[in-house]
Amino acid sequence: MTQNRVSYTLDSTLETVDSAERAAGKIATEAGFDEEEVMRISMAVREAAVNAVLHGNAYDPGKKVDLAFERTGDDLVITIRDQGKGMDLSKIPDPLAAENLLKTSGRGIFLIRSFMDDVQISPSQTGTEIKLIKHVHGSSGDAKEASQ
Amino acid sequence: MSMKTSTRQVNGITIVDCSGRITLGEGSVVLKDAIRDLLSKGQKRILLNLGDVNYIDSSGIGELVSAFTTVRNQGGDLKLLNLTKKVHDLLQITKLYTVFDVKDDEAAAVKAFAG
Repeated sequence: MTQNRVSYTLDSTLETVDSAERAAGKIATEAGFDEEEVMRISMAVREAAVNAVLHGNAYDPGKKVDLAFERTGDDLVITIRDQGKGMDLSKIPDPLAAENLLKTSGRGIFLIRSFMDDVQISPSQTGTEIKLIKHVHGSSGDAKEASQ
Repeated sequence: MSMKTSTRQVNGITIVDCSGRITLGEGSVVLKDAIRDLLSKGQKRILLNLGDVNYIDSSGIGELVSAFTTVRNQGGDLKLLNLTKKVHDLLQITKLYTVFDVKDDEAAAVKAFAG
């Protein structure tokens, strides 16, 4: 895979969420991921975009969402940055805790972490950047092969 | 594909056939409105057929939870029918598979409602 980077600056709208998901699906497919992994990657990007649009920028038309896809030799790296006040990571509850199972929100970051190989969240006073990383040749698949 | 629902009655149970995507925005609203409408008409035994739901996001999961708790709080019951693999997997990893009563046979699901 060759070095390749594409980026977008998007409005804080629901259309951005759908666009980000579609772009992720297209790029993940081109990167050679199978259908299930494409779904996981596109859903992770969708959830990150939802966080950026809703919780970060709060639909503010004056604030933008930056979305970038970078293909390296080993990884697909997706970066999503909002212009909000910065996510407080200490306030993200564990959605699997018994007392949270029936909550109607709070599963986005959990799903992102479940679907990607590595997730780096960098909040600041000028916004939150979340970096989603998927190994092009997944380590889990390699491990399965190695164990057979 | 946007979310669509249609309802039918089988032995006193309301079956809601859902199709499309249950996601933030329209999809979640359609589901919320459908459940609210049924409850307003006193139809509290609801079987949610998700056989044609091919995609659901965290907002959609939240809406399913909301539907479940709303119906239960009004003395009714809500079960899920015909999960696609994607939705099944999502409910597994979020530990909600054990919260919902999930069925894969409509006739058996209808019988499973008490009373």
